[in-house]
Amino acid sequence: MRVVVCIKQVPSTDAKVKMDPVKGTLIREGVESIINPFDEYAIEEGIRIKEKFGAEVIVISMGPPQAKEALKTALAMGADKAILLSDKAFAGSDTLATSYTLSLAIKKIKDVDIVICGKQATDGDTAQVGPGLAQRLNFSQITYVSKIRHINIEDKELVVERLLDNGTQVVRTKMPALLTVVKDINQPRIPNVFSIKKAAKAEIPVWGPQDLDGEKNKFGFDGSPTQVIKIFTPPPREGGKIFDKDVKESVKELIEILSTKGIIKI
Amino acid sequence: EEKIQESEKQNYRGIMVFIEHELGKIHSVSFELLGKAKKIADELKVPVYAMVIGDSINEIIKEVKNYEVDVIYAVSAPWLYDYQTKPFILEAESIIKHSKPEIVLIGATTLGRDFAGALATRLETGLTADCTELSIDKEKGLLLQTRPAFGGNIMATIICPYKRPQMATVRPKVMPMPHKVFGKDCRIIQLQPVSGPKDLDLEIVDFLPDTVGKVNIAEADIIVSGGRGMKGPENFHMLFELAELLGGAVGASRAAVDSGWIPYAHQVGQTGRTVRPKLYIACGISGAIQHLAGMQTSEVIVAINKDPEAPIFKVANYGIVGDLFKVVPEIIKQIKEKKGK
Ligand SMILES: Cc1cc2nc3c(=O)[nH]c(=O)nc-3n(C[C@H](O)[C@H](O)[C@H](O)COP(=O)(O)OP(=O)(O)OC[C@H]3O[C@@H](n4cnc5c(N)ncnc54)[C@H](O)[C@@H]3O)c2cc1C
Ligand SMILES: Cc1cc2nc3c(=O)[nH]c(=O)nc-3n(C[C@H](O)[C@H](O)[C@H](O)COP(=O)(O)OP(=O)(O)OC[C@H]3O[C@@H](n4cnc5c(N)ncnc54)[C@H](O)[C@@H]3O)c2cc1C
Repeated sequence: MRVVVCIKQVPSTDAKVKMDPVKGTLIREGVESIINPFDEYAIEEGIRIKEKFGAEVIVISMGPPQAKEALKTALAMGADKAILLSDKAFAGSDTLATSYTLSLAIKKIKDVDIVICGKQATDGDTAQVGPGLAQRLNFSQITYVSKIRHINIEDKELVVERLLDNGTQVVRTKMPALLTVVKDINQPRIPNVFSIKKAAKAEIPVWGPQDLDGEKNKFGFDGSPTQVIKIFTPPPREGGKIFDKDVKESVKELIEILSTKGIIKI
Repeated sequence: EEKIQESEKQNYRGIMVFIEHELGKIHSVSFELLGKAKKIADELKVPVYAMVIGDSINEIIKEVKNYEVDVIYAVSAPWLYDYQTKPFILEAESIIKHSKPEIVLIGATTLGRDFAGALATRLETGLTADCTELSIDKEKGLLLQTRPAFGGNIMATIICPYKRPQMATVRPKVMPMPHKVFGKDCRIIQLQPVSGPKDLDLEIVDFLPDTVGKVNIAEADIIVSGGRGMKGPENFHMLFELAELLGGAVGASRAAVDSGWIPYAHQVGQTGRTVRPKLYIACGISGAIQHLAGMQTSEVIVAINKDPEAPIFKVANYGIVGDLFKVVPEIIKQIKEKKGK
């Protein structure tokens, strides 16, 4: 069995996002990068599949050269192989171009039974790459997976739980399948020093457009139908009224305000 | 260049809304989108379309007719009873190829996000996620789609100049609910299904309803949320009681979820759910940036925390500095008294 995990490097949330006031674009240099939090669950689940059912786990990421760091963390956690998709031609990808590029890499890897993505990335925040990828690969699409119940390798079958609005849906599907995972699925392991050192030395192949069997105008900026034309910071929320009288009085004032403004109806 | 020609763009006309429904009930975001679609359509002087996909959808169609829709495209078949990505995408693609709308709007719900990302890829067009504002650039006739990213820390305005349709998912409860208008002409076009039972690639084995909170936080107008300050699972009953009095749902910080006090489905924040209720009451939550990412666009935020320096007060419209074990029961008591009158 072969599992591919897609991971994205994102700016750490604790770092303040800065904007270039002239170009109106985001400044990413000098901002600490982390693995997209949902993708840590994706990596962990890939490794658990390997441990439980036997599988090769390949981690891929499209991004700048520094995304190798994220891939090395995945190797240290226990992934077998990592591939970086990096080239000037991939820059400026929206989700359509991203899923295109990732799908070509997965086709090149061949014989993939399961692709695992995070539910969404914390920077672009679209949750569109997973479904886009499933569509391009023609894999069964299972979003919001909170548990893999069973994998039947012989019958190429998979039973998983999905976290929906009012509860948990249990579904069975045939592989190949693409799953997007939520935090509830597992607790990602912390790699030990030995495996971190070993991963640091690993060679990570870098694939560019020449390595993929695709059309030039579908990569990067040219292949991205959406264009960001303006980026701005929303007006900061301002702290409002603090009630600092005794509990009874404060609560009374609060309820008074909320009900006169029609925010609560009592 | 595979950018489409101006002449080809002219072939696309009208605003299409995807009608999300489950168990015979239409999701409120679909009405909100019909209201917004009508406004945009009037500006562009084009028709409003709706697409209804499902099984036994006559009642749904009847309801949609009351929202100033010009044409409803409908596909019905027994295997479309439950939503599944593959057959729904095939039907939606067929409807869009038939009707050629210039804009397609979909609710940014759990189902909508599963559906929209796959559909836009199939149509090879642009999709803007989770919009909170839509307007028209009159000169160019383009849809200006504004959305939060980076957990609401920045806003981006996005266009899709060359591909059609322009597609957007829109957050529930951002656009106002439109009024019903009875008796307006509305054409119904029934299309033959293009999918079949073979396209059902998921077998739904079971559904386990959420037993802890009956109201889902993504949809609730009022959320009462608890954090580490709640001290233990046994204290959450206060929050459930308050939520029930207010007709709301119970949320939680990651600290509370990771301590096992309440299931993950209730987690609000970067690795939980993004919510935008009319009222968010944070009890014993410090207001870490990852928590704020999931709730800072709530209309009104109330914070209850014993630490006056807690960052949650920086985003709260109203705050009470004090012990939540005194404040929350007092709120419950006073509301009950008021209700009793
Ligand atoms: C402010 C801003 C707003 C944007 N808005 C939009 C928009 O509305 N529509 C649009 O099409 N694009 C948009 N983009 C571009 C989008 O962020 C990029 O295309 C990005 O590469 C993928 O989208 P995402 O971050 O939303 O990922 P998501 O779709 O949220 O990611 C889901 C999962 O896909 C996988 N994945 C995503 N990206 C990669 C990658 N590079 N390598 C490997 N795996 C990956 C991961 O498993 C991840 O957990 C926006 C970008 C910015 C900066
Ligand atoms: C990658 C990543 C993703 C994350 N995702 C999320 C997420 O999705 N959601 C999320 O919430 N967090 C998330 N976090 C965690 C986040 O950083 C915080 O650790 C978490 O939000 C803290 O929860 P809390 O406010 O309940 O607890 P604390 O920060 O410990 O705050 C408890 C608060 O309760 C107050 N308090 C204590 N006792 C009382 C009392 N008797 N009366 C009144 N007030 C009292 C204290 O003054 C304090 O302010 C994430 C972190 C990371 C690194």
